[in-house]
Amino acid sequence: MIVPLVMTLWFSFQYYNLLNPEAAGFAGLDNYRFLVTDPDFWASLANTLILLGSVLLITVVFGTLLAVLYDQPFPGRNIARLLVIAPFFVMPTVSALVWKNLMMHPIYGVLGYLARSVGLEAVDWFAEYPMVSVIIILSWEWLPFALLILLTAVQSLDHEQREAARMDGAGPIAQFFHITLPHLSRAISVVVMIETIFLLTVFAEIFVTTAGGPGNATTNLAFLIYARALIQFDVGGASAGGVIAILLANIVAFFLVRTIARRLEV
Amino acid sequence: MRSSLTTKLLITLLGWGIACLMFFPIFWMVLTSFKTEGAAIATPPQLFFTPTLESYVEVQSRADYLSFAFNSVAVSVGGTVLALLFAIPAAYAMAFHPSTRTRGTLLWMLSTKMLPPVGVLVPIYLLFRSAGLLDTRIGLILIYGLMNLPIVVWMLFTFFKEMPNDILEAGRMDGARAWGEVWYLLLPLTLPGVASTGLLSLILCWNEAFWSLNLTSSAAAPLTTFIASFSSPEGLFFAKLSAASTVAVAPILVFGWLSQRQLVRGLTFGAVK
Repeated sequence: MIVPLVMTLWFSFQYYNLLNPEAAGFAGLDNYRFLVTDPDFWASLANTLILLGSVLLITVVFGTLLAVLYDQPFPGRNIARLLVIAPFFVMPTVSALVWKNLMMHPIYGVLGYLARSVGLEAVDWFAEYPMVSVIIILSWEWLPFALLILLTAVQSLDHEQREAARMDGAGPIAQFFHITLPHLSRAISVVVMIETIFLLTVFAEIFVTTAGGPGNATTNLAFLIYARALIQFDVGGASAGGVIAILLANIVAFFLVRTIARRLEV
Repeated sequence: MRSSLTTKLLITLLGWGIACLMFFPIFWMVLTSFKTEGAAIATPPQLFFTPTLESYVEVQSRADYLSFAFNSVAVSVGGTVLALLFAIPAAYAMAFHPSTRTRGTLLWMLSTKMLPPVGVLVPIYLLFRSAGLLDTRIGLILIYGLMNLPIVVWMLFTFFKEMPNDILEAGRMDGARAWGEVWYLLLPLTLPGVASTGLLSLILCWNEAFWSLNLTSSAAAPLTTFIASFSSPEGLFFAKLSAASTVAVAPILVFGWLSQRQLVRGLTFGAVK
């Protein structure tokens, strides 16, 4: 773990471009200066955080609601549950391809067909709403995960406690906010923690669907570093981006720990 | 009575409606894989058609599915075993012989998971090239093991932490060495937790696409590479793409469904009982 990290740190202070081997040597902070003056970098930083925030919000809110729904008994509940959690097991590459080609394709996609059949113009999702499209795909992948965790938590809720609240005249909504939600706080912490780890480094979904575009509309930090290293072959610049990504990860981790991990008794 | 019946009907409808909505993309993928290429791009999309295995035959003739599937199984299991092998002693030490820096070390390890893998791609690639590990299963197993190590350590740590120290203490009194303690006391007692940690690691390895695409080409390539070979040059052959996706996803999906109860116990870190 340490060796690649140190090598990344080392490369980030070097001029190291695979296309231009002559310009080698110590670069000082040039790679970093170049990076922070690049508008693409700030856009990618913003995109990373937007992606993280929106997917977290969607999956936690809907995950909680669905957990309460799938806690109710109804015929065929177990099968319905299996269907809902299925997307979590699908490879990110495959889900991106399926959404891109079979769902959101403006001509052949199912969504385009539905739009046309009610008389609307088919939407070219990845050209018109690239960020929204990526958020939809990611939420589809991670909602089942949130549901899975939160459902377990809801099931462990003490039914006598809820019964008592009902006797005291608490309606379903009051019960939800005063009993269910506080009970779920630890499970929500777990969901936020794990999703953050994976959402900060989202790559396959963006690579397959939009390749960071159009322009830099969906370039996140992971994709920016990829583009620097393997499209422009600028190892030094990419390494500087990697170091900044580590810093960002640690900042996020720090806040997560302060607000969340305390509840996890780490 | 009537109102409770209506509520029940509403819940059933909502429950099944959302389930079908969430599953629809997967359902549609499987459906498309049984169509001819022509039917796959027909507008309006066809729900009823004569199924054909054409695409599956074509996919198999272009790339040997079984060899990719074997690689996927080998590297997922290998990576998981490797991670557990290192994580168990590490988590044991952190849980039962903690120092003042234990908490910091754990969190630092987790934060490395937030680093985009591309950040270390070039160094790893160069290291692998010098060590002759490119396109080998061993190389991929090493990467997968290391990749999941932080999460595996953290999960094991929380399970071990729940074990009362007294039991280990008693074992030590009876003369158990550190290894005996772990092997005869700790592991049997925390087996459900260790199992679900392993399950999660297996699923993550199976679905990993970045390292497998960059570090393997043919000999050690798992199913993620198999999918990539059907996507890039010919994105418009929907039926073949769907067939390839279906066979790549099916094993882990079935596995996930079978193990979901066990899995969730680990994911909640025993925090939710």
